[in-house]
Formats: sequence, structure tokens, C-alpha cells
Amino acid sequence: LAAQLSLSLTECPGTGSAQAGRAAACQGCPNQGLCAAGAAGPDPAEAAELRARLRAVRHTVLVLSGKGGVGKSTFSALLAHGLAADETKQVALLDIDICGPSIPKMMGLEGEQVHQSGSGWSPVYVEENLGVMSVGFLLSSPDDAVIWRGPKKNGLIKQFLRDVDWGEVDYLIVDTPPGTSDEHLSIVQYLSATHIDGAVIVTTPQEVSLQDVRKEINFCRKVKLPIIGVVENMSGFVCPKCKNESQIFPPTTGGAEKMCQNLNVSLLGKVPLDPQIGKSCDRGQSFLAEAPESPATLSYRNIIQRIQEYCEQHHFQEEKIM
Amino acid sequence: ALAERTNLAGVRHILLVLSGKGGVGKSTISTELALALRSAGKRVGILDVDLCGPSIPRMLRVQDSAVHQCDSGWVPVFVGQDKAIALMSIGFLLERPDDAVVWRGPKKNALIKQFVTDVAWGDLDFLIVDTPPGTSDEHISTVEALRPYQLLGAILVTTPQ
Repeated sequence: LAAQLSLSLTECPGTGSAQAGRAAACQGCPNQGLCAAGAAGPDPAEAAELRARLRAVRHTVLVLSGKGGVGKSTFSALLAHGLAADETKQVALLDIDICGPSIPKMMGLEGEQVHQSGSGWSPVYVEENLGVMSVGFLLSSPDDAVIWRGPKKNGLIKQFLRDVDWGEVDYLIVDTPPGTSDEHLSIVQYLSATHIDGAVIVTTPQEVSLQDVRKEINFCRKVKLPIIGVVENMSGFVCPKCKNESQIFPPTTGGAEKMCQNLNVSLLGKVPLDPQIGKSCDRGQSFLAEAPESPATLSYRNIIQRIQEYCEQHHFQEEKIM
Repeated sequence: ALAERTNLAGVRHILLVLSGKGGVGKSTISTELALALRSAGKRVGILDVDLCGPSIPRMLRVQDSAVHQCDSGWVPVFVGQDKAIALMSIGFLLERPDDAVVWRGPKKNALIKQFVTDVAWGDLDFLIVDTPPGTSDEHISTVEALRPYQLLGAILVTTPQ
């Protein structure tokens, strides 16, 4: 007998949703009884709280992958730096990777702590117009493992959205962990209180990455999250000495380009491997500022501009409708 | 309880491959380790508990295989040149390879327990358990489910940065 587990696109509706315990996907989940017997729907007071807190956020971009280690956090950090280069824009970077928070180190903020004020938790500011929040700031030591199951992670993510006093924000960038699980479901659920412009999906060229990224694209479609486009990192390496180009992660199945064609999503750009990127990240410096002439910097800047254009255009259309 | 004892009773050593960080080569190392141990004449199995991003089936070229059931539970898929490495992964249970497994913790935990107790591994010298990045549901559940058995230890994989 072939094991017939209908796993395709089965998705937890969310423990707080009206469908909790009742959706088709709930069959077989050990929480089903609890969910079905629990609250009939999302807590309206909670939703109102989140809406109020996020009211002053103009654009929200999620950085996703599916695959680990492809450069989500690197990209999120550089996107934040790139957008904040315009001093008239207020940028917020929220790191919801609870188990492996990379953003504090990449932004040069290791050792910083979160302070509370009357209006909530204060983000940690890198620049006057660039604020950051991460579980990394809540640990007593950087090596402390956060060994939490889903519900506790969801609780912290909700707190990040509800209790952080971001103020007026032009761009909220959310860095996520790899996968399609609690953190991803929760952030989409909680951010439905505001509106998400879309997701940027990061990959590397090889099929082992693409196969996870296709799943992430399906996740976005399933939860109706618009996809701004895909970024292909580690796309080729140019030797600084002989200038020869090598494919360190060969795109054996056509890379992100082919995948984007097949799935009808936008390829925002390809970023080559530059050892300076990793070094800048380790040192908490902006790679864009440290290596302004690198081909990787040029790629990143083009991609950031495309994202900005997408968001502005989207906003303009929304305003037209309203 | 009897089935539990039967299914992992014949496994001599259980090895976890962990990292914390994604994309450092856990699945690659798990696969190469299994192949090397097999080459050295050992009986080997791989349990892939990365439910959101299962990489092992592709690495062993068995993406299109299906899982069957027998009296003692699920039959692993046999891979490798001599079809002698036993593999279990959620990859085999998807209707389509691009299907996203969008599950919260409790449902992931339930499947991991099933993978540990319901797969008929038979007699193995080594069972290698490949994990996703992080320190969360999959890791807690796997360690809890394997606690009654001979856990040899963990191999941690990293990259230099």
C-alpha cells in the first residue's frame, strides 16, 4: 500500500483563526481538539491593537527563502541600509529569526539591549532613520540558544509587532528564518492588520536551493502574499586576481532565471559572490559602503531600486483606489 | 510499545547532524557520511527530519519514489548504488515536489514521532538523522523521541564566517 498522506498545500489556518480546528488541514493535527474547542476566531482586541501600532507603517517587505544560508539576512540588512541612505526615509528592520538571529551582528549592534519607554520597546538605532529589533537583543549572552517550540516563538513575534514603538516608518523590512512554518504563518497573520507590499525571495543558483524556494513561492501564493520578485545570490564569482568567472554553485537546472520563467515571477537580479560581503557582515558594516565599486554592490543597488519602485507604484495604485 | 521496540531495536548507533545555521552543508554531509559508511560495509539508514526543506531525496536521486506500508509500519526507500541505504523523508510523501509543507509545530512534532517509531528500519549499524536549521520543534521532538534509544551523539556542521 503506498502511503497516501495528503500533504499538498495542507496549511494550518492559524490557532487564532475562525477555521482553527475545522479546516481540512486540521485532520490529524494533535492540536485539533484544542483549536476546535477554543476561541471562535482571532481576538478582535488584539487585531485592533496591532492595527493601531502598525498604522504608521507605509510599506512592508518580507524577505523569505525556504532555503537556509542563501543570504536572506545579508539582503535584509543591505536593503535596510540602501533604503536608509535617503535620510528623509524612516526604515525599520525586524528580525523574526528567533533561533538564529543574524541581524544584530550584521548591523554592528551586538551587545545592544532593548529599552522600554512609556510608548513601548525602543528599537535599537543604527542611524537616526534606521531602527532594528531582534531577539538577539534580548539574550543575556550571544551564545544562548533559544530552544522554543512554535507557540512561544509566535508570542514573541506578536510582541515585536505590538510592543515595539517604531514610530512613523516608510519601510518595514522583515527578515525571516528558512522554512514555511510557525514564524512565516504568524507574521503573515499578524501583518494582515496592516498591509504587506510583498515578499522578496532569496535563493542561490543550485537546484537543491531552488527546490525549497519553489515551495516558498507556493506558500506565498497559498497565503495570498504578493511576490515582488526573486534575488539570486552567490551567482558566479569573479577572481579579483585573474578576473576569471567561475560558477561556485552551478545552476544545473537553469538557476533562478529558469525557475522565475517557469513560475511567472520576477527575477529582481543576480548578485555575484564577493568575499567582502561575508567580511562586512561579520564586522557589522554595510557592504555597500565598504565596497562601493564591487559588481555585487551594483547588483544590490539595482535590486533595491526595483523594490522601491514596486512599493511606490503599489502605494500609488492603492491611493488611486481609495 | 511493542512496535516501537521493534522498529529501532535493531539500530546500533544513532547520529544527529545539526547546525543551527542553514545552508552550511548538513544534508550534504549526512548524505556523504551515509555513502562512505556504506562503502565501508556498514548497514546505514538516513532519517530526514527537515519537513519544510527536505533535501536528501534529491541528493540520492530518489525524488520520485513512494513510501509503502508493511506490518511493522512504513518501509523506508532503499537508495544508493546497491539500494542498501534506507531513507525516510517527507519528500516521499508529497503529492508534488513543489508542494509547501506549511505546518505549525504540533503537526510537525506528530510526524517526527511517527518517523521515529513507525519506520521499519530493520538492522542498521548507523542511523543518520539530518535536521533543519534552528533549535526548535523538529530538534526538540527528535531528541525527545530518540531518548529511549542509543543516541551516539551529534555532529555539528558550520562554515567559517
